[in-house]
This record gives sequence, structure tokens and C-alpha cells, in this order.
Amino acid sequence: MHWNTGYQSEALPLVKRFVEQFRGAETAVVPSSSCVAMMRDHYPKMAAEIGDAALIAEVSQLLPRVFEFSEFLTKRLGLEDVGAYYPHRVTYHASCHGLRNLGLGDGPVRLLKAVRGIDLVELDGLEQCCGFGGTFAVKNADVSSAMLEEKISTVLGTGAEVCTACDNSCLMHIQGALHRQKTGVKTLHLAEILAADEGAGL
Amino acid sequence: MSGSALDPKTAPVFPMAARAAMKDGQLRRNVRHATDMIQAKRARVVAEMPDWQELREAGKQIRQHTMENLDFYLEEFEANCTRAGGVVHWARDAAEAQQIIVGLVKASRSDEVIKIKSMTTEEIQLNSALEAAGIHPYETDLAELIIQLGHDQPSHIVVPALHKNRQQIREIFRREMNLPKLGERPEDLADAARIFLREKFLRVKTGVSGANFLIAETGGVCIVESEGNGRMCLTLPETLITVAGIDKVVPRFADLEVLFQLLPRSATGERMNPYNSIWTGVNASDGPRAFHVVLMDNARTEILADAEGRQTLNCIRCGACQNACPVYRQTGGHAYGSVYAGPIGAILTPQLQEMHHAQSLPYASSLCGACYEVCPVKINIPEVLIHLRNKVVKQNGPLNIEALAMKTMGMIFLSEQRFRAAQRMGRMAEAPLVRRDEKGAGWIGWLPGMLGGWTKARDLQEMPQETFRDWWEKRGTHGS
Repeated sequence: MHWNTGYQSEALPLVKRFVEQFRGAETAVVPSSSCVAMMRDHYPKMAAEIGDAALIAEVSQLLPRVFEFSEFLTKRLGLEDVGAYYPHRVTYHASCHGLRNLGLGDGPVRLLKAVRGIDLVELDGLEQCCGFGGTFAVKNADVSSAMLEEKISTVLGTGAEVCTACDNSCLMHIQGALHRQKTGVKTLHLAEILAADEGAGL
Repeated sequence: MSGSALDPKTAPVFPMAARAAMKDGQLRRNVRHATDMIQAKRARVVAEMPDWQELREAGKQIRQHTMENLDFYLEEFEANCTRAGGVVHWARDAAEAQQIIVGLVKASRSDEVIKIKSMTTEEIQLNSALEAAGIHPYETDLAELIIQLGHDQPSHIVVPALHKNRQQIREIFRREMNLPKLGERPEDLADAARIFLREKFLRVKTGVSGANFLIAETGGVCIVESEGNGRMCLTLPETLITVAGIDKVVPRFADLEVLFQLLPRSATGERMNPYNSIWTGVNASDGPRAFHVVLMDNARTEILADAEGRQTLNCIRCGACQNACPVYRQTGGHAYGSVYAGPIGAILTPQLQEMHHAQSLPYASSLCGACYEVCPVKINIPEVLIHLRNKVVKQNGPLNIEALAMKTMGMIFLSEQRFRAAQRMGRMAEAPLVRRDEKGAGWIGWLPGMLGGWTKARDLQEMPQETFRDWWEKRGTHGS
């Protein structure tokens, strides 16, 4: 948020903080594709800007162990079927940073397809941004809302009960309009669907 | 939209201009229709290229290498163009370029010029400068003609009248060409334009063009176009004046092999431009007797000096980023308050203004990356947008609400204790705003101040009673 809004000097200490918190971790799994994109695309450059050789080295050692949630399952663990059961109509929103910066491809969709009972419907205009964009949603609220409106109408067009994604920020934004318009459609993070079993009652 | 020039110095901030533009339903339908069509065509012809990604990389390398050695290639171009009989002029800024061009037109003893579509002449508002000097410019590109006759402004780099549909164009032609019975079929409109322009091509003795590329190795100038009007303007007049930004140079003739594949596919979804003109100086037996090139800086040197902003100059003006941009597709081009609209405009315009104007443009993007994905020379537009946002933040200083909020949040994110406290405080602070829905879930439908932008079209769910941390700790360190 700081970096992308232009607050570079405020963002720099957060790199150090992240390294301190996660240096001991075998793997860091992040349930947000835009957070992982931030780390992969910018942390090395930010560490270089701080100019601390030890930090630069630590960032380069830590980053290969950082995974977005769905790629941790599909790429690191080689899993597709996680044994979930979710008998509902679901559509998947491909968040821009997952799609373009991380190249998640059809990984999340393969995970969803393996869920028992699921009725997965493809979203029209999958590559279209939902209009969140961090502070863009507030700074350019009108344009953001117009982009969101298009996303909502494609979500409603699928007849899905649930819209899922790998990024809670997109979901917070999409959910905000789905609720405002009293559509009855809810949003869930991919992890919540994959964690569902017959007793979960989601 | 009005006919007043798009000037970043006086344009309203993007969010305001966007709000106004989005009220025009016809404009939005026109923009949507046109960008959808060009995008689909582009996707088809790009998909048939097995080496598209390698071509993009080659295009990037050519442009990057040129920018790193711009001084050398500009001088090489000047020497070779001069040797071939061209006259090279150097202009520091828009005013100097205008002055040189007006002087050259007057010296050609003409009080009118025929023009090839050129974004550089739009950038320096050349038409107004010519008119102020008593010289009448005729735009000969169909879309530019529509803009000129409609007292309008371009809204797209490649398709400047993209915001107008056929019926609107017919109305402009009916009125301005005095053709009350004009039909609205594309061929009716093209015929009307052809008859209107043919007489100008044959009469006017001075031509003005921009340039797609300046070839350092040969001193040649290259223009690509679709209508043949360019070829007319380059061959029929006695005097030809070309104005080009100093960023338009390429080292070798052979570099066009790459750029001629990238540009038409990205710009109009064509495999090749119908007309590709390259001319070198003057030739006694053919074409203009006098040829001038005005090489214009107009802040490009400043952009070149900024290592992170520099890639902006690699742009070959294909407009693919505009068609792909979900923001541009909502607002159209005029909202950007500059002849350069869309993602490339959002990075180019503020830099051309040396960050003195248009500071809202770097924020006119959700950073979705669609622009970077389609850019034929791989300009990382999101990266440059973020870089420019940082410049704006530094300009604004630390004493404003946003900067203070960012600083505070930065402090919170640095400490677990502060983070937990902020969560507790957040729950207390939001309590008066939370309303229960029919399912008993808490939602916020109104937020104060800057955050009100959020609740215009969306609700916000209340903070959960149990945070992820609480849940994680309850499960024990290793979970179960």
C-alpha cells in the first residue's frame, strides 16, 4: 500500500520487518497475490535502496520460500485435489497481480475443479481488473466503482452463489458492492473453499 | 467535449474530469465499442506470431540502446539528413518549435499547409500557433479531419476520433462541408472526405508532418499510415516540414524490421500498415524541393536524465495500452487533460510537464498491468506510475492527512503490539458506524472524509471479532 501509493520511504522499514519475522520460516504462505507480487517485484530493489548488504542477501534467500497460497499447493506441493467438498455454484475472479505478476495461470481453477460437488462457472472477462487498485478505490472512486459495476454484472451473470479469488483485497471490494446491491452473492477466499468439508457449513 | 485545447497546465484533476466524462453515456459506448474492436483485432494478429515475445524484447532492446546513446544517434541523423539535402533545426521546447515551423511556412510563401496526423504537432498545439500567424492548417487524416471540423480534441493516440460514432461524424460533415444529404454509410463519409481533401492536396504547396521514426544510419524519415493521405502530403507539396521529438530516432534501417512488425499489429491490429513511406533528404526529380526536420526536445532530456522514468521515451505511440486500459475504457481520452491519454499519457504527460502539472495522472490507474502486457516495447508502465507517485508524494510534503495516515500505518505495521492495539481501537472506532443486516452481520455503509469514496458504491464489513492471530494462537503454534 505504501509503496504503490508513492510512500517509498515509509515502505522501506517494512521490508526489514518482514525479513525479521519470517527469516526462520521454512516456507511463508501468503493468502494474497498482490502482497506476493509486491515482495517479488520490489523487495530486492527496496533492499538495495536501503543499501544493507546483509538485508539484500536475506531478501534473496527468503523470497524463493515465499509462496502465494494457490501456488504453494500446485507448484510447491504438486497438489490439485485437496479433498474438499463444497456443493455450491462458484465463480473465480483472477486478480491482476496473480494473473500478470505471479503467472498463477489456471492453478487456482485446477484446485477448484477438484473440489467435490462444486459447480464452477467461468467468469466472462476474466482478465479484466475489478477496479480495486488499493488507494485507487478511494482516490478515483468513480472510475473504480464503474469498473466494479462491470465485474459485479459478470459475477451475477454466472448465477454463482459465491465469488472466490486469491486476493482478499479484490474480494473486499467486490463483496462491498454485492452487499450494497443486496444480491445475496457472497465472497470467499479460495482457502475457505478448499478447507470446506461436509461438516463445515460454509 | 469542448474544442478548447487539451492543456495539462489548466486541465482539471483526473478524478473530476473522469466523473464528468463518465456521465456521457454515448461517449462511453463509443469508446467501449472501438477499443473492444481494436483489441480483438490485435489479439488475432499477435496470436499468429510465434516469436511475439522475442520481438517485444528486441523492440525494447533497440529502444533502450537508442536512449542510452541518444546524443550519438541524433548527431548521426543530423549529419546524414543534411548530406541528403535536408535541413535540420533544433527546438528546445514547444514555443521554439512553433516559431521555427511558422517561420518555415512563411518562407515557403504559403498561407496554408496540409498536415499528416502527428501527435507531436498536437503536443505543441501547432495548429493554433499556425492560425495565430495567419496560416490555415488542413488535417488530412480522416480522424484528424473529423476532430478539426468538429472543433474537438483527439482522445486517442492512433484513433483520435474514437469517441465519435458514425452518426456523429455524419453530422459534423453535413454541417462543416455543407452536405445536407450526406448518408451515414462508411463509404459515404469516406467519399465526402476524399472530395473535400483532394482539392487541398493538389493546391497547397507546403506540407507538415510528424515522424514515426528517424533513421540515424541513413538520415531517412519514416511515416506509417493507413489512408494514403500521408503519401500525398509527403510527395505533392514543394516544401515539407517534419517535426519530431528527439525520442523518435532509431539507429539502423534494419531496426525497422522489428518495429514494422510490432507497430501495426499493436496499433490497429494489422499485419502491415497499408502505406509505409521512407524518404531521405530531397531528390531533384521527385517530391518536395525543400525538406526541413525540426528536432524537438520539449522536456525529453529531463525524462532521459531520470533512470527510472527513462523507459517512457521508448514508446512508439501504438496506443495498445489505451485500448487495454480499464480506466481509459471507462473515461475516454479527454479526461486525461492531455493529447496523450491512457496509461502512456499518465506517465508521459506529467514528465513532459516536468512534474509541475498533471500530478493526478500517475494515480489514474489501478496498476492492473494490462498496459505492460500489451506494450510492444515492454515499457513497465505500472513501475513508472509508482515512481512518479513517489515524486508527487515528495512534492506534497509530510503535512497532509494522507501522508500522516500513511506514516501512522507504517508505524503500526512495524510493531506487533501497536498492530494489536490498532485492531482493538479500530473495532471501537467503527462501532458507531456499523449496522446489522438481515442476517445479523455488521456492515458499514458510510465513511467520513477521504474514505467516503469507498462507501459511495460499496459497503464495508465490520472487523471480525476474532482476528487471524487470535485464531492461530488458539490452535497452538503447530496447528492441528
